[in-house]
Amino acid sequence: MKSLEELRAIREKMQNQVSMRAEDHTHTRVVVGMATCGIASGARPVLNALSSLVQEKGLTGKVAVTQTGCIGLCQYEPIVEVMEPGKPKVTYIKMNPDKAAEVVERHLIGGHVVEKYTLASADIK
Amino acid sequence: MTEISLNILDVAENSTRAGASLVSISVDADTAADRLTVVIEDNGCGMTQEQVSRVTDPFFTTRTTRKVGLGVPFFKYAAESTGGSFSIKSQPGAGTTVTAVFVLSHIDRMPLGDISGTIHTLVVYHPDTDFRYTYRYNGRSFALDTREFREILGDVPLDTPEVSSYIMDYLTENKLETDGGASL
Repeated sequence: MKSLEELRAIREKMQNQVSMRAEDHTHTRVVVGMATCGIASGARPVLNALSSLVQEKGLTGKVAVTQTGCIGLCQYEPIVEVMEPGKPKVTYIKMNPDKAAEVVERHLIGGHVVEKYTLASADIK
Repeated sequence: MTEISLNILDVAENSTRAGASLVSISVDADTAADRLTVVIEDNGCGMTQEQVSRVTDPFFTTRTTRKVGLGVPFFKYAAESTGGSFSIKSQPGAGTTVTAVFVLSHIDRMPLGDISGTIHTLVVYHPDTDFRYTYRYNGRSFALDTREFREILGDVPLDTPEVSSYIMDYLTENKLETDGGASL
């Protein structure tokens, strides 16, 4: 069995790092819809992909990945909203882990909205 | 929903939305009895008797964003279609307990799926909720209690990358030791 000793060691290590990541208004928020509609259409792999990529690319200092409930657009799930301070919210629809990786690369790192996945570019009927 | 664990994720999300400070999840597989029992218990705001009687109705929800509430009906149907059972008990102000029993060998039983990933998602993305998770397989078991983890960690949050990956390893390694890699 994996022991809690390891967890103590992590704490020892982390304690020495002065500034813990505190979420504030300088953070970009990436929010994944995780209600029944989101989960059923594959939100969990999207959330996992986003959070591990944000870690891998060293973005944890400026990007916070969180989850929310149903925003009422169930037919477009999995939905990912990107909220950058001082900019209008961008809503990505019908996401999957590959599209999420593209959003991390081009939007969160590159600063360009990936238009083709946004709600605004969807053919709304 | 394609996995029992996704149903668990969905129903446990309801517990966190109900303002629970502690959500207990137990997954208990017993191959001799041919049963897989899932219990999700919270100390959230609970429901009135009227709400409990309507919660398995797919056209009942307290949400305002849409008119259907499919999470609980999905879970109930998944359990009952295997010849198992489903029950929900709740008391306003005290909390809610959801119990789903699956017949393991039934052809319509969906796979348990990525239960460790589910628990990890719940624990890491709900910084204000404590979780107690117990996994049992033919009498062997392991548990994860975030209250215990937080006590060790002090002010280091559970979503710190190092802690988050420790939690994932803790879940996968201990599950493997408990069930010997059995495919559920």
